[in-house]
Amino acid sequence: MAGTTASAKPKWACIDGNEAAARVAHALSEVIAIYPITPASPMGELSDTWSAAGRPNLWGSVPEVIEMQSEAGAAGALHGALQKGALATTFTSSQGLLLMVPNMFKIAGELTSAVMHVAARAVATHALSIFGDQSDVMAVRTTGWAMLCASSVQEAHDFALIAHSATLRTRVPFLHFFDGFRTSHEIDKIELLDDDDLRALVREADVLEHRARGLTPDRPVLRGSAQNPDVYFQAREAVNPFYDAVPPTVTEVMEELASLTGRRYGLVDYVGAPDAERVVVVMGSAAGAVAETVEELGRRGEKVGLLTVRLYRPFPADALVASLPKTTRAVAVLDRTKEPGSPGEPLYLDVSASLAEAGRLPETLIGVRYGLASKELSPGMVKGVFDDLGNPARGRHLTVGIRDDVTHRSLEPDPEFALPTAAVQAVFYGLGADGTVGANKSSIKIIGEGTDSYVQAYFVIDSQKAGSVTVSHLRFGPDPIRSTYLIEKADFVACHQFGLLEKMKVLDVARDGSTFLLNSPYSATETWPHLPVEVQQQIIDKHIRFYVVDAHSLAREVGLGGRINTIMQPCFFHLSGVMPQSEVVPRVKDTIDKAYSKRGRAVVERNYAAVDRALESLSEVAVPDVPAGDLHRMPPPPDAAPEFVKRVTARLIAGEGDLLPVSAMPVDGTFPTGTAKWQKRQIALDMPVWDPSLCIDCGKCAVVCPHTAIRMKIYRPDALKGAPTGFQSKPYRSRDLPDRLLTVQVLPDDCTGCGLCVAICPAHSKTEVKHKSLDMEPVDSRRETERPLWEFFDSIPEVPREEVRHDNVRGVALLEPLFEFSGACAGCGETPYLKLLSQLFGDRMIVANATGCSSIYGGNLPTTPWSVDRHGRGPAWSNSLFEDNAEFGLGLRLGWERQNAEARRLVDEWRELIGEELADALLDADQSNETGVTSQREHVERLKEMLDRSGAASGPALRSLSSLADELVEKVVWIVGGDGWAYDIGFGGLDHVLASGRNVNILVLDTEVYSNTGGQASKATPRGAAAKFAASGKPSSKKDLGAVARNYGTVYVAQVALGGSDIQTVRSLLEAVAWPGPSLVIAYSSCIAHGIDMSTSLDQQKAAVASGYWPLYRFHPSPEPGTTPFQLDSKAPTVPVADFALAETRFSMLAQSHPGHSRHLLALAQADADERWRYYEQLAGVTRSLPREAAPEPEPEPGENDTGEAT
Amino acid sequence: MTTLTTRYLGIELRSPIVASAGPLTGHLDTLERLEDSGAAAVVLPSLFEEEVVGESMRLHETLEQGLEQNPETVSYFPDMDFSDLGPERHLRLVEQAKQRLSIPVIASVNAIAPGTWSRYATEMVEAGADAIELNLYAVPNDPSRSAADVEGEYLATLREVRSAVSVPLAVKLSPFFSSTGHFAMCAVDAGADGLVLFNRFYQPDLDLETLDVVPELELSHSWELRLPLRWIAILRGRLPRTSLAASTGVYSGADVAKALLVGADVAMMTSALLRHGISRVGLVEQELLDWMQEHDYESVSQLRGSVSQGAVADPTAFERANYIKVISSVRVSPESLT
Repeated sequence: MAGTTASAKPKWACIDGNEAAARVAHALSEVIAIYPITPASPMGELSDTWSAAGRPNLWGSVPEVIEMQSEAGAAGALHGALQKGALATTFTSSQGLLLMVPNMFKIAGELTSAVMHVAARAVATHALSIFGDQSDVMAVRTTGWAMLCASSVQEAHDFALIAHSATLRTRVPFLHFFDGFRTSHEIDKIELLDDDDLRALVREADVLEHRARGLTPDRPVLRGSAQNPDVYFQAREAVNPFYDAVPPTVTEVMEELASLTGRRYGLVDYVGAPDAERVVVVMGSAAGAVAETVEELGRRGEKVGLLTVRLYRPFPADALVASLPKTTRAVAVLDRTKEPGSPGEPLYLDVSASLAEAGRLPETLIGVRYGLASKELSPGMVKGVFDDLGNPARGRHLTVGIRDDVTHRSLEPDPEFALPTAAVQAVFYGLGADGTVGANKSSIKIIGEGTDSYVQAYFVIDSQKAGSVTVSHLRFGPDPIRSTYLIEKADFVACHQFGLLEKMKVLDVARDGSTFLLNSPYSATETWPHLPVEVQQQIIDKHIRFYVVDAHSLAREVGLGGRINTIMQPCFFHLSGVMPQSEVVPRVKDTIDKAYSKRGRAVVERNYAAVDRALESLSEVAVPDVPAGDLHRMPPPPDAAPEFVKRVTARLIAGEGDLLPVSAMPVDGTFPTGTAKWQKRQIALDMPVWDPSLCIDCGKCAVVCPHTAIRMKIYRPDALKGAPTGFQSKPYRSRDLPDRLLTVQVLPDDCTGCGLCVAICPAHSKTEVKHKSLDMEPVDSRRETERPLWEFFDSIPEVPREEVRHDNVRGVALLEPLFEFSGACAGCGETPYLKLLSQLFGDRMIVANATGCSSIYGGNLPTTPWSVDRHGRGPAWSNSLFEDNAEFGLGLRLGWERQNAEARRLVDEWRELIGEELADALLDADQSNETGVTSQREHVERLKEMLDRSGAASGPALRSLSSLADELVEKVVWIVGGDGWAYDIGFGGLDHVLASGRNVNILVLDTEVYSNTGGQASKATPRGAAAKFAASGKPSSKKDLGAVARNYGTVYVAQVALGGSDIQTVRSLLEAVAWPGPSLVIAYSSCIAHGIDMSTSLDQQKAAVASGYWPLYRFHPSPEPGTTPFQLDSKAPTVPVADFALAETRFSMLAQSHPGHSRHLLALAQADADERWRYYEQLAGVTRSLPREAAPEPEPEPGENDTGEAT
Repeated sequence: MTTLTTRYLGIELRSPIVASAGPLTGHLDTLERLEDSGAAAVVLPSLFEEEVVGESMRLHETLEQGLEQNPETVSYFPDMDFSDLGPERHLRLVEQAKQRLSIPVIASVNAIAPGTWSRYATEMVEAGADAIELNLYAVPNDPSRSAADVEGEYLATLREVRSAVSVPLAVKLSPFFSSTGHFAMCAVDAGADGLVLFNRFYQPDLDLETLDVVPELELSHSWELRLPLRWIAILRGRLPRTSLAASTGVYSGADVAKALLVGADVAMMTSALLRHGISRVGLVEQELLDWMQEHDYESVSQLRGSVSQGAVADPTAFERANYIKVISSVRVSPESLT
């Protein structure tokens, strides 16, 4: 913003960039077609919420918000709505934007007024990243859409309007974008546009003209023709005048906006010295950090400037040239994207061409990549760019913000460079879902809306699903805040979780003389010796004023469980002095009222009580002169850890990933597996403790554990030699394996305390029913005891795989899991299925994993739960995309099949050399069971030894066989993903793969909702459940995905629920793999998005089955005539669906908010279940067989003719 | 002309048949049907403080679960308005019932903490309740507390509510007092305008497969009417100005007649209506009318208390002798000895 004059009665609000854009988009649209994707999801969700509440657009009608099956679908719906002449928009990001590309070309080619709002995000390359950069928007710059870039929350609001206005005036569609997270999720105090502003800029005549261009049979036209070489080219050039008109029109709209609001923007804006010699060109949120740096350097007498590009397409070359001071000798163009192989990144090339065409090329012109995937761009880094600008030794194509020790292209930041600020800066450490972020959002609104201060709030949340660390950065002060980077020197630091002091360097950010507030379970006099000595030293050295409050105890006392937000918040206000003390409690209560009154008065009253008592519990700690005690921060991983883990993974775990140089990183995104065990998250409060005297060896605990943190082993008694004191065991009850002992062992640092093992444990004490073979106990009392026990347990060899049965739970529980300690939510319903796969097939399994929760807890750095056995074998895992997972998995299978076929061909071809007996053994091996697989591995080893020994592998064919020998062992491909993938975005591909007849196995982890992006409805969402985009309850019934697959008659299909029947689950997975064609297993997966206490999830699964809501079945095709392939594995429903449903918030929230509608939908849901059961019962009697392939016609014997007569 | 009118808690009712607190009085549509089929008044379901607080807090906890736990997920549920949760739903029911019904609406309260009883009762009155029924439903499970302590607390609650509201006040009692009559007298002294005899406690059962304790809802049976009959008979003469309601086991016109004969002002029904339907109210009324006409009673007031303890020739029939007589009158069948 180049200048501001106060307009009459400005209306201020503290909102984030997504809301800033969505407010305008919703007000100016009739149709909004969306698909959730981070970080753009909130724009669609807000629009849906507003429409659901009846909020009208500018013209009085309520926009229709429709969730589609993919971004491709959203773009298609957008295109259609626009072609009908409606005002339509969409919101997206990253991969979603890429899926819209074909329609974007169409919409632009047809000169259609449209706007899409993009929270710009990295595109998946060597890895997926949800974080912000401009790779996505740069990938669509050829589509013909005008591109307008907002660099702050205020601009996201204003530019949304400019885009909607300009597109109607020019007929060129506009892509309005801003940086993901930094702008989309940053909360700022902004001045709101009002309806008059919108009405002034969106001219009625333009709207009517757009409508008039819509398709109607009353004035029929044909649009979307196919054109031939004779005219296509000319027609393409016909649009030129419209593009020529865009820059002046945008200028015109910007000027109109300035006259209304006083906020003045240009196509490019220059700030800095009028006679600057060095200028940085940038686009997006980095403009804030660069502008502050330029101002400070200017104060220091340096002649520097900043050029911010706002309109990126059509590129405003003239404006850019005109804005650049004539004195400029050196220009650095900052690009927030990477285009490998190009002569420069896009903005660099555009600037370069513009200056060259104008004859204004400076002495030095360089391109600098920065900020990929939300990498920081701090003032020190910007200073580094200016410092080196003009240094010819550095070359033209550089980076900043990382250390490139490979190609040496990175610029050095100035670590000493700091900007003066009048703002108060506060940093808060918390854990996800502990209320810290929510409290800070509330606090910043209180400050921003209750005082004259400007405010900014930005949140850094790591992407573990549970136990993630949140760091909130809050600034407030008398001047507008443009600091688009993390706080480096905080005046106030709060740590809302005591345990974080051991894991994070919480006080590194504290400035000298700052205030530190700690949520401590100890009193002011007892806390000190419980702090790590490193923390104590920092408190002493930095002269920190130190306060404690026992928020967790207080929260429990007032009946708020683990939520401490309304206790920590008043303490912050009290200590920060941001407002008069007398106002603190009333203001906090006011926000409690706003936030919670709609959940009933008890919630409000308990939070009031928390506020009232918070300050009484706050006390200052008298800081001693020297540290006390011998507690230290968490040590690095032990020497036994692999080299990569020590060199890279451990740094990531310690939060030092930013410090790793380029050379530390794998060049192609390939990482070792088996790393989760080096990350000890320690998030449990309670853990299970085993009583062997009650144990019945059933194995259920180990099977249901979502975190693989409870293990079972059997072993011969001599294995107990050297066992530590307290190591427990019991005789294993087995006729086949006599003389074995059994131990159930819990990993105290990896257990999340979800309690599922205790819930499932069937072994009660006969004298005291509450005492089971597993009881929960406080983890603090057990951790030290259990650690050495686990270490010994781990050293006991695994039972040989062929010694135990794989078709029952008791046996499977003894198989080594190769999926362990995922970062999934405590009690996750998905992970037990993956663990089961890893136990049954892990040593020969390839996983194609759709993007979603399972790809995040499965493949999100720093570690992966996918693991390896003692032979180094384990699941090979990859994630392609969200939409193509079935096809990706099919490709993996096809690749293996060709390799296997080639290996077999070579074995056959070289059987004389290999030896008939070995060749036959290799080619005829029955690998349908564990013994067969083990035996084939031995054959393969013999083959490899033979090839090595004989030196035969020196020829090309046998070298090839040598490289393919392992592929003679059957590989199992599992295609894994959630319901969003299988039912919606990936359904077309899934269907094609099912139809292909190929031998792939598909596991759908069906949580019945988009879990990863936060609870949006999918086609798996059941009738009557509330979800985002189905806030009034999903009106239609869930898609029967199994029916689609069964319909082919050639697909093995099973519907399973671990809590409904664990044995049916195990058998289904085995049968799926045994089936030589495609298999589909649909697995009921409990999720926190169901709104249940996750420790009850297995009971809920049981109820889902018992009510007929989730019938268990297997569809096993057979070529035998007269067989009935459909087998119902669950009993006829015994309880009403409502009994199951109303125990879950997703259903009960509707019953509470709209009881009548809920009753209506639940009655229909009951009818769905009744009807499905009736239908399934009939199916169970239907005979159906696979057409048996006819025996091949005998080839005519030589010498026979068609008549069979000898010739 | 036989008249069925009666007075309960000082309110004139068209008949002595009242629908007591239960699922049928929890919805506007069933309330209207109750009125249509002749219920003279309705007692709305108790506001159980523990339950409404629990409902709010459970919802709050599940909605907060996972909130802002990772960068992709701000929340897992749509933003919805549940302001009707908790006491508000009961208050709205009172308000709407008052708007839709012409018969008196009695609101029922069961709180847990001191202070909240009177607060909820006051709010019920503000919402339009014609009278308040205090549902003294609790299991005094602390063996260190004496009967006197427990009763003292009940009476304190009653006094607190009495001083907070000016509408008529009834107390629904459990039958499990050492001296039921004494407590009833104390309750009246503490301000109760009426007594409802008796509350039925849902008793726990065991699931022999899971060894879980499961609450079982057993509907009452007609024979259970005898307990309130006895106590109403005993109390009628001693509490001449106190309204008495017979609750538990009222199934037929004959049952109502018995209740009135021993001294009740009204008879309250729930189980019979759940078993046989709302139209049962009309049938019971007709049966009562028929019986009264058959026996030449002109009005309920004539009937009321005519067979109470003070009015019968053998008052001990309502006392212990009754037990001995009954037991000794049981004929032992030969089968029961095998």
